[in-house]
Order: sequence, then structure tokens, then C-alpha cells
Amino acid sequence: MISIAPKLGSPEFQTLPLKTDENVVALRKLVREQLVAINFSLVDQTKCVTAASELARNTLKYGGGGQVRFSVLAADGSLGLCLVFIDAGPGIKDVPQALTDGFTTQGGLGLGLGGARRLVDEFDIESEPGKGTTVRIVKWKK
Amino acid sequence: MDRIPILSMGNLLLVIIQFDMHDRLALALQDDLTEQIVKEQAKGVLIDISALDVVDSFIGRVINNTASMARLLAAETVVVGMQPAVAITLVELGLALTGVKTALNVEKGMALLGKSSGR
Ligand SMILES: Nc1ncnc2c1ncn2[C@@H]1O[C@H](COP(=O)(O)OP(=O)(O)O)[C@@H](O)[C@H]1O
Ligand SMILES: [Mg+2]
Repeated sequence: MISIAPKLGSPEFQTLPLKTDENVVALRKLVREQLVAINFSLVDQTKCVTAASELARNTLKYGGGGQVRFSVLAADGSLGLCLVFIDAGPGIKDVPQALTDGFTTQGGLGLGLGGARRLVDEFDIESEPGKGTTVRIVKWKK
Repeated sequence: MDRIPILSMGNLLLVIIQFDMHDRLALALQDDLTEQIVKEQAKGVLIDISALDVVDSFIGRVINNTASMARLLAAETVVVGMQPAVAITLVELGLALTGVKTALNVEKGMALLGKSSGR
């Protein structure tokens, strides 16, 4: 599917800070509202909100806080929600390892990245040690 | 800080989670429950999550840890009312609620606890 996502930073993307636990709750609520507005099924809403929650927590906990940009996309007659999580934290040394189920450096369950990837339709991660991490996800309406 | 209330009923503790919790609140609930199990000498813990429309790996871990600690303190944990969409998502996330019994509603959860504690 070819996405016609506007370039990041274009006015169609809205931004929410991810600096506190409360910001993560606010994001879950907002993602839910966006998906309800474009008529996602309840299961797909729940999957996307859960993925967003996992990634937002990582941005906060490992990235030292950051932001999330989000926008509704339209492509091939379908609608989707795109979320981009951005931090300028320590980055991830070994991304494939971090994506492995059960891998955690902080005593978590190690399911956040791998689980989020399974729950959405598109998942891209860019991370550079010392520079930060960006994760982009898209969930399309079925 | 806000706290999630814990109701004590006989030798059971009942928690009804009524809104989406942030992480610190969920951790505080885990601590409070552990304390209350000892204080009330509870034999069972019933956690009603029917109002939760998201359970991610953090909340899942809090539930698992609560159940593990409860077990060490000789109490059993039953999670009731999980929404179907949440259950489907948890499976795909790869999260198993280990050592936690589940029931469809509070009544059935209580029956389960009653049975297993031999009352
Ligand atoms: N934004 C990030 N910045 C730096 N490291 C990260 C980031 N996100 C994830 N990680 C690393 O990847 C690991 C796996 O993450 P995840 O799958 O969410 O599991 P968990 O959060 O339970 O550890 C983390 O323990 C952490 O080391
Ligand atoms: Mg995580």
C-alpha cells in the first residue's frame, strides 16, 4: 500500500509531549478518539491503542521523554492512523535484539517493541546510539 | 497522589478499576494490595477490569506481580471482566497472565475463590 503521508512536521501532523505518565494516559485517550472518529473496529482500536501505549512508555522510560506526532492518513481508499514516537535519548545499540520478545534491559517483560510491531500494519524503527530513537507505526482500517 | 480503593469483604479483597491508570498509580495499587492482604489476612483478591479498554504489558506485569505476591502470602487472585478486545490484544502482544485465574464477572470470580479456598 502506497501511503501519501504528508512529510513529518507538515501541519497535518499534530504533536503531543511524552514527558510524564499522565501524558501516556492522555495519548491512549487521544488515539482511541481518533480511531473511533474514523470508525475502526473495536479490536483494531484496542490493538492500536495498546501499541501506542507501549511505544509511548519506551519514549518516556528509555528515551528520557520526547514527543509523539500523529495524523490520519488516506491511501488506496482506506484510512489509517500514523504515529511517530521521537526521543533524543541514548538510542538502541542492537535493534533486532531489542525487538526480540523477552529482551529487556530494565526488568520489563520485553514485549513492548515486538508486541507493538505485531499489533500494527507498518512498523519502522530508526535508532542511533547517542542520538535517539524514532519509531513510526501505521494501523490501517480493515 | 490518588489511590485505587480496595474493598475488604470477609476474607476477600475487591478492587474495581474504574478508569485508565497511569503507571505510578498501577504500581501503588500493587503495593497497597500486598499490604492489605497481610493486614486483612485475605485469602482471595478479586480484580475487576471490565472498565479497562486497554491492558498493555505494563499493566499485565502489574497484575502478574500482584498475583505472585498474593500467592506468597497464601492468597489467590482472580481477574474478572476482561473485555474480549483486550483479551485478543493481549494474546497478540504475547502476554500471558501467569498464575492468575480469570472469570467473566465478579459473581463467578467469587465463586471461583470460594471453591479454591474451601469455603
Ligand atoms: N526509545 C528507546 N530508547 C532507548 N532504548 C529503548 C527504547 N525503546 C526500547 N528500548 C530498549 O529496548 C528494550 C526492549 O523494549 P520493550 O520491547 O518495550 O521491552 P521492555 O520495555 O519491557 O524492556 C528496552 O528494555 C530498552 O533497552
Ligand atoms: Mg517497553
